[in-house]
Amino acid sequence: MSAGVGVNLEDLWIRFGDFVAVREANVHINGGDFFSFLGPSGCGKTTILRAVSGFLEPSQGNVLIGGNNMKGIGPNKRPTALIFQNLALFPLMKVWENITFSMEIKGASTKQRRKRADELLDMIALTGQGEKLPAELSGGQKQRVAIARALCAEPDVLLLDEPLSALDLKLRQHMRSELREIQKRVGITFIYITHDQGEALTMSDNIAVMRDGVIDQIGDGKSIYNDPNTAFAASFVGENNVFRGTVKQVIGNEVMIRTNRSGDLMARISTANQGKLKQGDEAMLFIRPEAFALAPAGTQGDHFVTAQVTKEEFEGSAFNIFMEGEGGKEIKVALPNVGQSFESHMGEAMTLEYQVKNAVALPAGVLATE
Amino acid sequence: MPRFLKEYFNRNGFGLGSVMLGLVLFWTVGLIILPQLSMLDFSFRPNLPPPEIGGPKDLYTLENYKYLIFGPEGGSQSYNAVDLRVFYRTLIAAVFVTMFNLMLCYPIAYYLAQTKGNHIRVLALMLIIPYWINEILRAFALRIIFGESGVLNNVLVGMGVFDTPFDFIRNDIALYAGLGYAYILLMIFPIYNVIESLDRNQIEAARDMGASWPRIHWRVVIPYAKPGISSGCTMVFMLSAGALAAPQILGGPSSLWFTQLIYQQFNDNSDWPQGAAYAVVLLVTCILLVLALMRLFKVNMGDIGK
Repeated sequence: MSAGVGVNLEDLWIRFGDFVAVREANVHINGGDFFSFLGPSGCGKTTILRAVSGFLEPSQGNVLIGGNNMKGIGPNKRPTALIFQNLALFPLMKVWENITFSMEIKGASTKQRRKRADELLDMIALTGQGEKLPAELSGGQKQRVAIARALCAEPDVLLLDEPLSALDLKLRQHMRSELREIQKRVGITFIYITHDQGEALTMSDNIAVMRDGVIDQIGDGKSIYNDPNTAFAASFVGENNVFRGTVKQVIGNEVMIRTNRSGDLMARISTANQGKLKQGDEAMLFIRPEAFALAPAGTQGDHFVTAQVTKEEFEGSAFNIFMEGEGGKEIKVALPNVGQSFESHMGEAMTLEYQVKNAVALPAGVLATE
Repeated sequence: MPRFLKEYFNRNGFGLGSVMLGLVLFWTVGLIILPQLSMLDFSFRPNLPPPEIGGPKDLYTLENYKYLIFGPEGGSQSYNAVDLRVFYRTLIAAVFVTMFNLMLCYPIAYYLAQTKGNHIRVLALMLIIPYWINEILRAFALRIIFGESGVLNNVLVGMGVFDTPFDFIRNDIALYAGLGYAYILLMIFPIYNVIESLDRNQIEAARDMGASWPRIHWRVVIPYAKPGISSGCTMVFMLSAGALAAPQILGGPSSLWFTQLIYQQFNDNSDWPQGAAYAVVLLVTCILLVLALMRLFKVNMGDIGK
């Protein structure tokens, strides 16, 4: 596997009139990484991608690819290839012509192009389909043709703008692993744009979480899931239960929060916020559904939550229990189905226990709305 | 009843369906096909004074067609060089007007279709509104511009580009400008319609893969716009080959348009059969030429209708 070419965004700002689409983005992407920008629609992630591909000049700051400043270099001269959300295959060209379009531009002979197309068609498991038109392929096949077309240009960096969003769930999951495998095989840098946190977590080496043009956090999937920097990152990536309150006491890297509804609860301060949370600050405490365990009814303490059960679901691998939370939102609890007998508690109060290391305290902030 | 008719009546109801069908049939058969057939019939008959029509001398003949090729019987020349030259020149000129129009209108149509914003609507209006003025007035307006003591000559002589006024009319420049301008919209709008539906991502994808702008147009935009281009070209070619007002008003004295010959036959010579034969020749030649070009550029009839 080659080392690949890294990408750096240095103090990148992109404005459209008065609207700031990207604010002060500083990102270092390692060569050969599968790097995702994750955020809700309108957060500026596609804008960043367009700045890297060269379709858009940043208002301020630099895009560096392999250490070279890309300022003033058009999209046709950059070592990037972009896979569009709608793939943008050329409908009137045959599959093999589509795939080798970049070679046609460089003046390669038909024979060379045919040969390369056959190699790439083998790679994407579409052997012998080169004579078809894109419209004759299925969604997943078109997807793979778009990947082959981009790879044919031999880019240093492959940019992918939510390319899986049009596929159905099964195919999407299949294409995830396929994309990841292709990336490992060719060893070039992938920059992937998605609003689907599942995609980002399963595929990426590193993820940047974005909100309103700001990058909230950069890290690998585990650190973003377990140790979010902001309330937004905590609530956007994966499911999370939020408890609002104020900081009652800071004890080292842990904190006691007086929550609005569930009494005083202990939590670990997220790494990025250690030393920043002070007594009296408004805070949010996040506990994942899977971090809870059943406790003897009525147990009191700083890592116990008691609430009324409003709904139960049996999911097979887990029992999902929904309990009355604050502000009309439910607290979701996922208890793994490991053969324990689970009696219905509908309408009754139930007590749950969590480990302090699994509860994350963050300064109060905007939550992801889903 | 064939299935498509049954479906048609099911969808529209019998009453409304028959009215619409009747109107379409009246238009195509009554107003187009029958008059054309009658012209065709005329073209094979001798030019007789009214009392002799339907008499013993009223027999089908090819003399009207022979006249176009060989001229009057017993004439001094072996071919009707004058009329044939006009015919040939008209077709060539119509081809040039069409090509010129295409080169002019493609960029405009592309710009209108791929640019967003309110100024596009203003531009489109500026293109459309002049067409509220009728064709004859527009032709005379161009005559005022291009005339010997016209606006353009005044400006050019005033600026010292020419010492004496340039004769735009005698040199057919006014005629080509007039014909070109007359059918601009018919070229722009079909192309505009197609390009507007072209996914902008395809242009960007080609650009991303390193294609230059000419290459993007050649490989992505033009193939996609082909139905619009062929529809526009067909209309402009047919209409300029058949134009009468612009050649009449803007043409130089020595440059007759074939339609003017037809007009003379009908009107000045009162020779309807001769005029009909000329008109039929023009129509059939134009259709054959268009069909040949469609085959050359691999365009289907269905594309033209898009």
